[in-house]
Amino acid sequence: MQSILFWIFSLAMLGFGAAVVINRSPIASALSLVVSFLGLAALFMMLDAYFIGVIQVLVYAGAVMVLFLFIIMLLDLRAEERRKINVVAVIGGVLVALALFFQIYCVVHKLRAAEQPFPRLPISKIDDVRNVGLLLFDQYNLPFQIIGILVLVATIGVIVLSKRELR
Amino acid sequence: MLTLGNYLLVSGLLFTIGFAGVILRRNLIIIFMSLELMLNAANLSLVAFSRFRVDAAGLPNYNAQVFVFFIITVAAAEVAVGLAIIVALYRVRRTTHVEDINTLKF
Repeated sequence: MQSILFWIFSLAMLGFGAAVVINRSPIASALSLVVSFLGLAALFMMLDAYFIGVIQVLVYAGAVMVLFLFIIMLLDLRAEERRKINVVAVIGGVLVALALFFQIYCVVHKLRAAEQPFPRLPISKIDDVRNVGLLLFDQYNLPFQIIGILVLVATIGVIVLSKRELR
Repeated sequence: MLTLGNYLLVSGLLFTIGFAGVILRRNLIIIFMSLELMLNAANLSLVAFSRFRVDAAGLPNYNAQVFVFFIITVAAAEVAVGLAIIVALYRVRRTTHVEDINTLKF
């Protein structure tokens, strides 16, 4: 049962991920990206990471995608007209990507741990929000505050960039 | 039975798709979306490793999930700044096509 769900969700994620790259219209790409992120959130929940799964839906499928669609609307991008496709560049790019995947495959194939199934969790109900929160505010308190500063700097940077005249 | 290798290979495939998008596409916004795909592929393998390492108390290793949390936060900030840069570029050059942006090309 679990492995059927795994294949369904990973196929959805990979298929719509490929649709992001293949589609010519930016809006179709953005909507494919939403479905891909939702499939990924389902995979997170199958790995018992419910908090990360919910964050994935809220932040990516919610906030980030709204931002993307808003920018596409603002720039008024249409499906790009057919430019002359550089066949050599496309073949080269696909070859490089395939070489990368071949390398990843070889590494995973050699990894002895990769053949083992996931260990069973003795407790059926895990409260992972509590555990992540404890770790976040205790052991990783300093990185957490630094990331708060980072978000603040990003906000200010966006405001500066969006001002009318850039000098 | 699902193994760790299944998740790692799916994550590698997602990373490859994102990588191919960055190389092949010429639209800045699509390149940006492909970057997000690559970040998410890294997240998937981190969560898989987290579930794989069950400690003595029978809980997954939450360090990896905290790391994923940080990655998601940084990615959200990066999207905001990157899209602002794309909008500023579009105001000046009226294009989001990387082949039209060749001032630095010698």
